[in-house]
Amino acid sequence: MSIEVRIPTILRQYTGGEKAVDGSGGTLSELIDDLESRHAGLRGRLVDDKGLRRFVNVYLNDEDVRFLGGLETAVKDGDSVTVLPAVAGG
Amino acid sequence: MLEIAQSTYDEIVAHARRDHPDEACGVVAGPVGSGRPERFVPMLNAARSPTFYEFDSTDLLALYREMDDRDEEPVVIYHSHTATEAYPSQTDIALAQEPGAHYVLVSTREPDSVEFRSYRILDGEVTEEEVSVVAALSS
Repeated sequence: MSIEVRIPTILRQYTGGEKAVDGSGGTLSELIDDLESRHAGLRGRLVDDKGLRRFVNVYLNDEDVRFLGGLETAVKDGDSVTVLPAVAGG
Repeated sequence: MLEIAQSTYDEIVAHARRDHPDEACGVVAGPVGSGRPERFVPMLNAARSPTFYEFDSTDLLALYREMDDRDEEPVVIYHSHTATEAYPSQTDIALAQEPGAHYVLVSTREPDSVEFRSYRILDGEVTEEEVSVVAALSS
């Protein structure tokens, strides 16, 4: 049972330096909770009290999950989730 | 210190001028760990704003996948300020999430001159660095 989650440089402090970790769940939210159980602190970098953080992009396969179901996006075995911090500024 | 080729410097400045008064943005990719800004990649500013920039999220994924395939990383992340100095704003500092990158700021506030400066931004701390523009990157 596994979904590969690709982790950007800035979040590898939560994964012992690993650039990809595996997790499971039926939705993105469940997957993130599953990751949090082994990589404490990761959830807080992805989610705030309003949902997915504004300047963190999460992709399911090739699509930004904001265009799918956000945290409720369905995920399944064999999917690949990629996290990329936004490149932005003022 | 940031060492950058004249041609790459010129491409960044030309991009900033072209998009003025909106902020221009992009990266210069190079081999992982090399510190060599070799490959100029201008990006669309999805915000199309004179005071904000953001890479389109789908473009961002394509860029990072391409860099991954080529064993590259974003050596330089550049953007322009169109009415203010070439210094990172509070927003720039808060949103800098590539600890290894040289953050290049270009200011196009003056029509006859350009400001081009580079910084490291780590844990909210900004450190300016020297920019060395060379004919070609040392081999």
